[in-house]
Amino acid sequence: MYRHTEFDRGFLAARNAQFRAQVERRLNGSLSEDEFKPLRLMNGLYLQLHAYMLRVAIPYGTLSGAQMRALADIADRWDRGYGHFTTRQNIQFNWPRLIDVPDMLDALAEAGLHSVQTSGNTVRNVTSDHFAGAAADEIADPRPVAELIRQWSTDHPEFQFLARKFKIAVTGSARDRAATRINDLGLRIVTRNGEQGFEVSIGGGLGRTPMIGRVLREFLPRADLLPYLEAVLGVYNRLGRRDNKFKARIKITVHEHGLDHVRDLVERRFALTRAAFGGADQDRLERIAADFAPPALRRAPTGAFDRACRSDPVFRAWADTNLSAHRDPGHTIVTVSLKAHGATPGDASSGQMRLLADLAERYGHDELRISHEQNVILPHVHKSDLPALHAALRAHGLATANIGLISDIIACPGMDYCALATARSIPVAQQIATRFDELRLEHEIGPLKIRISGCINACGHHHVAHIGILGLERAGVETYQITLGGDGTETAMLGERTGPGFSAGDILAAIERLVMAYLDLRAERSETFLQTYRRLGPAPFREALYPEARADAA
Amino acid sequence: MKRPYSPKIVTASDLAVGDVIYQTAEDGWSRALPEAEILCDEAHAQLRLIEAERQQNRIVGAYLAEVAIGENGPEPVHFREDFRRAGPSNYFHGKQENPRQPRP
Ligand code: HEM
Ligand code: SF4
Repeated sequence: MYRHTEFDRGFLAARNAQFRAQVERRLNGSLSEDEFKPLRLMNGLYLQLHAYMLRVAIPYGTLSGAQMRALADIADRWDRGYGHFTTRQNIQFNWPRLIDVPDMLDALAEAGLHSVQTSGNTVRNVTSDHFAGAAADEIADPRPVAELIRQWSTDHPEFQFLARKFKIAVTGSARDRAATRINDLGLRIVTRNGEQGFEVSIGGGLGRTPMIGRVLREFLPRADLLPYLEAVLGVYNRLGRRDNKFKARIKITVHEHGLDHVRDLVERRFALTRAAFGGADQDRLERIAADFAPPALRRAPTGAFDRACRSDPVFRAWADTNLSAHRDPGHTIVTVSLKAHGATPGDASSGQMRLLADLAERYGHDELRISHEQNVILPHVHKSDLPALHAALRAHGLATANIGLISDIIACPGMDYCALATARSIPVAQQIATRFDELRLEHEIGPLKIRISGCINACGHHHVAHIGILGLERAGVETYQITLGGDGTETAMLGERTGPGFSAGDILAAIERLVMAYLDLRAERSETFLQTYRRLGPAPFREALYPEARADAA
Repeated sequence: MKRPYSPKIVTASDLAVGDVIYQTAEDGWSRALPEAEILCDEAHAQLRLIEAERQQNRIVGAYLAEVAIGENGPEPVHFREDFRRAGPSNYFHGKQENPRQPRP
């Protein structure tokens, strides 16, 4: 795993000292809020409904046990004993006091963590596949490249004041678990004639104008990455609209200027940037890659795992949903669900964080990952350790067997915390998870992604959910609009709106009607909700959602 | 006829802590909505907002929020203000833990 170098430590110390002084000047009144706001946002500090909120980057979703423990300590010392993991591989603390934030940043720096560029119109935390370095279907570990981009973009003098935020995601597998197509820029490691390179897509994004990214360059040789990114951002920095915040993202730039025109400009600029890069970046990449050397996996019999599967149905159910194929057949990737039925999606208490840190050190080569689906992953666990691991998770309420199922819901903070929200998201997620658990139906229903956002900004990825829920305000009450058929993977698609929204009191029943309709409509048990929707289209699902409309028409 | 002005209060966030505060008639700030000054006249409300905004080293983001007059004084009209008064619905955190905090 990458460890902060002398350079990183020096940079963060200087930056944190600078922010400490800025906070002091804000508190004594010499900086106004208008002056201070961009400074605090550069350091991930927001002001929310009830308190400040500090957003800390978990670069490419990777944490060591010690780092997870540091986050737990920060949660206990300066917050309310928990943290919220987000769809962009960040952790958010919901209750810090401004006067404590400089100390929090120092504590983070000691653990090799920071909140730099987790907000503001800069290149944001680079996200990646949470199974990186472990997945059976991987071409190459995307994290060295993600770390290279982090180093290049952090405090990059030309790109501190872009027209708008800029989000990059990298994956090294054909299966896209990093949502590359809904990022401003997506990188997929591909091979051509035996050579590794990137497929580059741009212009993806959700929010009020959702768009799926399009391919800008089919194949970019590996060594050309940074000069090419420098060219893309340079073009965006010039063309991106600064007159209208809602038209400032690169997706709009591409839409207004056309993909071909943007490509021409990028290629022309690339000719210059490429000549200017002397290859130092490639030496750096090599050094970074050494830090991501795969762990020494052990060879051992896996009989204990097979026996537990046969004898313990609770273990078996968990193994069926929460394990994924590792490149080594003796190992597995464990996803620990942060979606216990009725709990807040993505929240972990400090106690749970410490347990996960311990388990990672004991059974998982000291590695933890945070997924954009708001769960925690132990990427390298030997199968023979699974029964003991499961028992420990179970004792701490972390053994929920629901990965990829209806209760594995992504939900943004919504109006329980967020100052921009138009409705709550968390209670809707809690109700749906609790209800389908009571019905004992979720394993029968199978893979189904429900995602909820509390406003049009779409932080909860509702546009790319199989069932998306968007919380809005209509006539002074919370109203929930449903979209169907979205997909955030390599076959990315935006969901379609079904019709009028539902009140807070009606949304649960509406989701239940929808899911029951699917169970009736599916051709066979193995046909997933998304497959059934794609086969039949929206009509039968609309009928289930709006039975009155059908009665009126009859 | 001129529409009657619906009553308002001035609310903001505390600069150092970040929690929700309400302007009182004595020119201070309270963490309890019932102690907020009720503003029934538009010109006066605007003036009080300007006076609040001047307190840059004390508060952040002052604005006028509509209230209804209930038994215990001002009550939120919009559900957003109701959440600000109480705290989040997923945990018993925020103002609901201590609904009538002493004035800061
Ligand atoms: C609570 C404070 C938050 C604020 C103020 C906030 C603000 C915003 C805004 C304004 C946008 C729209 C940007 C645009 O389209 O130009 C956005 C998009 C987004 N945010 Fe948040 N957000 C917050 C929390 C979160 C959380 C908790 C998550 C993850 C659960 C998240 C992940 C995202 C993602 C994935 C997008 C949409 C994708 C995109 O178009 O970039 N945000 N956010
Ligand atoms: S979608 Fe809206 S409500 Fe939810 S976190 Fe983003 S900005 Fe806040």
